[in-house]
Amino acid sequence: MERPLTQDLHTDGTPLALDEYERTGGYQTLRKALLEMSPQDITNVVKQSGLAGRGGAAFPTGSKWSFVPMGPDAPRPKYLVANADEMEPGTFKDRLLLEYNPHQLIEGMILASYAIEASVSFVFLRWEYKVAGERIERAIAEAYQAGYLGKNILGSKFDLELHLHVSGGRYMAGEETGLLNALEGKRANPRSKPPFPQTSGLWGKPTIVNNVETLSNVPHIIDKGAAWFQGLSLTDEPGTKIFGVSGKVNHPGLWELPLGTPMQEIINEYAGGMRQGLTIRGVLPGGASTDFLTPENLNVPMDFKSVQKLGSRLGTGTMIVMDDKTCPVGMVLNLEHFFAQESCGWCTPCWAGTQYIERTLHAIENGEGQIEDLDRLEAHTWKLGPGNTYCAFAPGAVEPLQSALKYYRADFEEHIKQKHCPWR
Amino acid sequence: MVTIYIDGKPYQVDAGQNLLHICLSMGINLPYFCWHPAMGSVGACRQCAVKQFRDENDTRGRLVMACMTPAVEGLRISVQDPQAVEFRASIIEWLMENHPHDCPVCDEGGECHLQDMTVMTGHTYRHYRWKKRTFRNQNLGPFINHEMNRCIQCYRCVRFYRGFAGGRDFDAFSNHNTVYFGRKTDGVLESEFSGNLVEVCPTGVFTDKTFRKHYTRKWDLQTAPSVCVNCSLGCNTTPGERYGQLRRIRNRYNFNVNGYFLCDRGRYGYEFVNSDRRIRQARLRRNREAAFESVAPDEGLQRIKEIVKKSGRTIGIGSPRASLESNFALRTLVGPEHFFSGATVKDHELVTEAIKILRDIPSSMASLHEVETSDAALVLGEDVNNVAPMAAYALRQSVRCKPQAISQKLKISDWDDTAAREAVQDQKGPLYLATIADTRLDDMATRTFHASPQEIARLGFAVAHQISPTAPQPENLDSAALELSKMIAQDLKDAESPVVVSGCSLEEKSILYAAANVVQALRSIGKPARLFLTLPESNSLGLELLEPGSLNQAFAIAREDNVEAAIILENDLYRRSNPALLEAFFKSIPSVIVLDSLDNPTAQKADVLLPAATFAESDGTLVNNESRAQRYFQVFVPQDDIKESWVWLRAIGDALGQEEPGARKTFDGLIADMVKELPFLAPVQEISPASGFRIAGAKIPRQPHRYSGRTSMHANVSVHEPQPPQDPDSPLSFSMEGFLAEPPIEQPPASLIPEFWAPGWNSIQSLNKFQEEVSGPLIGGDPGKRIILPPDPEQAAYFDEIPEPFASRAGELLLAPLYAIYGSEELSIHTPGEAQLTPPLRLEINPRDAQQFNLTGETVLQVSVDSQVFELPLHISASIPEGTAGMICGLPEMPYVALPAWGKVTPKPVNSSTENPG
Repeated sequence: MERPLTQDLHTDGTPLALDEYERTGGYQTLRKALLEMSPQDITNVVKQSGLAGRGGAAFPTGSKWSFVPMGPDAPRPKYLVANADEMEPGTFKDRLLLEYNPHQLIEGMILASYAIEASVSFVFLRWEYKVAGERIERAIAEAYQAGYLGKNILGSKFDLELHLHVSGGRYMAGEETGLLNALEGKRANPRSKPPFPQTSGLWGKPTIVNNVETLSNVPHIIDKGAAWFQGLSLTDEPGTKIFGVSGKVNHPGLWELPLGTPMQEIINEYAGGMRQGLTIRGVLPGGASTDFLTPENLNVPMDFKSVQKLGSRLGTGTMIVMDDKTCPVGMVLNLEHFFAQESCGWCTPCWAGTQYIERTLHAIENGEGQIEDLDRLEAHTWKLGPGNTYCAFAPGAVEPLQSALKYYRADFEEHIKQKHCPWR
Repeated sequence: MVTIYIDGKPYQVDAGQNLLHICLSMGINLPYFCWHPAMGSVGACRQCAVKQFRDENDTRGRLVMACMTPAVEGLRISVQDPQAVEFRASIIEWLMENHPHDCPVCDEGGECHLQDMTVMTGHTYRHYRWKKRTFRNQNLGPFINHEMNRCIQCYRCVRFYRGFAGGRDFDAFSNHNTVYFGRKTDGVLESEFSGNLVEVCPTGVFTDKTFRKHYTRKWDLQTAPSVCVNCSLGCNTTPGERYGQLRRIRNRYNFNVNGYFLCDRGRYGYEFVNSDRRIRQARLRRNREAAFESVAPDEGLQRIKEIVKKSGRTIGIGSPRASLESNFALRTLVGPEHFFSGATVKDHELVTEAIKILRDIPSSMASLHEVETSDAALVLGEDVNNVAPMAAYALRQSVRCKPQAISQKLKISDWDDTAAREAVQDQKGPLYLATIADTRLDDMATRTFHASPQEIARLGFAVAHQISPTAPQPENLDSAALELSKMIAQDLKDAESPVVVSGCSLEEKSILYAAANVVQALRSIGKPARLFLTLPESNSLGLELLEPGSLNQAFAIAREDNVEAAIILENDLYRRSNPALLEAFFKSIPSVIVLDSLDNPTAQKADVLLPAATFAESDGTLVNNESRAQRYFQVFVPQDDIKESWVWLRAIGDALGQEEPGARKTFDGLIADMVKELPFLAPVQEISPASGFRIAGAKIPRQPHRYSGRTSMHANVSVHEPQPPQDPDSPLSFSMEGFLAEPPIEQPPASLIPEFWAPGWNSIQSLNKFQEEVSGPLIGGDPGKRIILPPDPEQAAYFDEIPEPFASRAGELLLAPLYAIYGSEELSIHTPGEAQLTPPLRLEINPRDAQQFNLTGETVLQVSVDSQVFELPLHISASIPEGTAGMICGLPEMPYVALPAWGKVTPKPVNSSTENPG
């Protein structure tokens, strides 16, 4: 099985050094691309490959790039940003790529920058990713030294600066437009769209923000072509995906697998199944802001469309498994506490609604719930839904809640009836 | 125009306009918080949600925010859709989870947008049952209360304060439901527009601190349309009174003038009306050494009659802060040839010159609104923040006009505020500031130029010459100024609607000429350039339109011509002239009659003193800097023996038998006489209906429909409710009875709206019911009319009185006037909060001059100028040009000095016995 993103990684915890990366073919694609391909060619290949954003939204990467105004009249400078602000609870897949193969990301960023004629690029890194920060900083320095960054890269007349920016540490700074505001030194509030960052992004200039995993795929796609990339998956959604499993499984971890690998296979074969005496009660398939899937759906192929058909989202592809000895109310409360804390405070349904949800769940979990609370929570799930709030934060925040109310309603009712958490 | 459907009904609307703007303009009530008519949409509060349908077959639809959704052909929305209604009620419920239920003790109560919107959405019971979040409040200075617990996080305050008013010491802190709007630490808000937070905040987070000292509910305030008296711009205001005390000032919208905002000097400068220095009784004294005694008004009049009757000649000295009518009444009483301007000699000359310029190019006069919408601006000489603050606000907005092209190219609507700002970033349209020293507008400037008054004029002449070679050229301009003049000329030529802002504050005529030349030069090449001149005081233009003689001529006549009596109208001459000259003048006049509202050094010189009404107790007309005549009305009937000046003057005329019987018994009659004598003042008669005007046979009440306690207000004196005072001078009444406006169905003419208030809309946001369209003109046209009217005559000749280059003098500095927003103006300083913010007396000197004169930081200076000697602390300021010094004028402790003038500056000798004449 081909695992282009991870097959060359060290297993001893050290990152791939520049020369090691070069030996695996690293930066060869860049050389070929800069000297032999036009920016348009790169975008076309990525478009044909069908690569979709790996940050959770699955927006086609090539199409995203194609909205950037090109040519001599385009506003400049243009920017490319790698979104490495991985803060979704349960999600730690970009960390692997950042810590173990920073050059792969950098090469992807240079290629993407070339494709959109960006002259400045940033890695926007989660504050807590200290090790990744050190490694990326070193890798950037090496890339400059090797002539992969800076002026006239590899004699191609293409110039690119790359900077590491460490986030102030808010979840909202990882939202595409909140990230741009944070980079500008403003509050990490989201922006309304339109205008989209592709036309008016960082400092009002055309900007592409891509996830780390998305960008890390780019060198391989340019190297081996769209058809190869499509051949990697088990379904019609091309490529591999770094899947993760956390929760009370035997071997929590990360694995790069073909898109479409069944969830059950990932949990049982790669994560080693549930710990002794536990069974699966539900899975958040792609991070905290996705809907629960129930045990009867474990055979779902893990790709965007299949998971969506079941009313959830593939999201980041990092599953949180809930077992039958864990209180679902407590788990949802834990998640909603996170969202209530991280709401940026911009739009009313989000800053007030997430607080209300947290307070109510807290009351239920602690035996102070009222049976009417469930209807009120239910109402919040549509009121905080897509379009009603300013950005996708609140709709994501209510996804685990709405599915928990659907699948585990009896647990909620028991809490209220017994006036305490039955699990405690 | 496109057709859209709101709840099935078709509407013709502007394509691309947002739906909230459209709904409110169409009279459809839709609740909102974060949107503000002057600040556009940001989509934060989600209160204006409506249902949008794909087409007529779509029954599900989806919620959209009206403020963020542009109108396109065929768009279908529903305001009444049950889901939209439920969602909007939920927003209020969420906001109410933390909002304290302290309405009964909240200053905003009764005029609170949050209350109105809560009622509008129908939300009643909330389900939240936990503790509300609380904050610590800040002391924000003398003007604003801070009560953060009431905050609903609409972000209007921070958007206004930083994004529109340019303040930097206020921000949004923290996140989720504990966003904090305030300063980093306690302290006085720096912006001179901070008072607008009170009106911008939809609830009671920011309320008026001066109002709290004598708080009254909105429904208990008696109000009338008024005009600010604290500078020449004539911003429209709504003062409110109860129990004979002026309680506060609120903005009164005027599309052409101040729009939605006021400056803090204007908003808070009202407290002189309640001052214990008010003159409340007529006073006499037997001789100059005797003390004043209060007398009955008739006795005062009798004395005046005796004085004037036996007088060979009586002269009248008018006032730039008295109404056109009072000045005219004085002019008529003493005769035009004996009527003199009460302005300083320099201001008299400058304003007379400004009138000539405006008459030469009347179609180029800019309104404040036109300054705001100019895409390039040159400021010659004026420190607008301190002289005419709302002009600074307008210029701040003007720099946003040109870069709109960037956002428009990205198809971002101008109302889409965050997106438009994001696209534009910190790019600004051209704004050039040529001033003596730093100003608070410098952060917006393309370039600043700090120089002496004559060099500022020369730069202006050079710009005009660069635009049109036929305009005269200054000789020996230094190369930096020449380069700058080219740059300015280019930017003004490239603009669609450039404006030149200048005025009288540097007391330098050639600056006015230079400004006129720039405008003329631009118009000669086909640019619709405009001129905006700030003037010294609220009625400087009105006074000088009456063609008075100068104060020096008054002094000369008094000296040489056996003048027996002088009538001084609302004027402290000690702010207008050298004290030695004044002493001589008062000595030479046997009888001095003074009409004024506040005790001052001139009032102390009176032989007869008559208590004059302030603006709040008077009807009158002020003519603003663009010659816009604006009517203000009595808010309340003055107490004690106080009368409007024109009433006193008419009574004197009566006593002398001057009056044709019945001719000028009324305010209307006075205006009619004025227009008859000076026909160019005809617009004054048209700015507001005459006193006989009625709607459905009724007068317009000054007291709102919910005015309370009328039968008990004076019950401690008498249980019989007193008869309400009559108002023979205007269509307004001092009562609750009369025509009740129910906008937009029926309302008074814009000039007669006592207060903006509509059913369901108790706050200032009710304005949308009175406008033709949101942020457009008031229904029926905004009040006020220009006196100086187009069309232009032939292209006027260029001015060619170009000053010589500035040359410094050995041992002397050119003392130039500086201004302080709080302190330089005579009346507003009586507000304790404004007095508190007045800067100290000082002389500002360039560091190099300080070095040359061997002056160091701590020195007290002895300044000899205009045959006076002052002691002033030294203040070293790098932005003061070499060879000049800056002196803040108008401060209460400082005697008048005619500036600019050369002065000798030395360190105060040790053990000096010179007393500060102030």
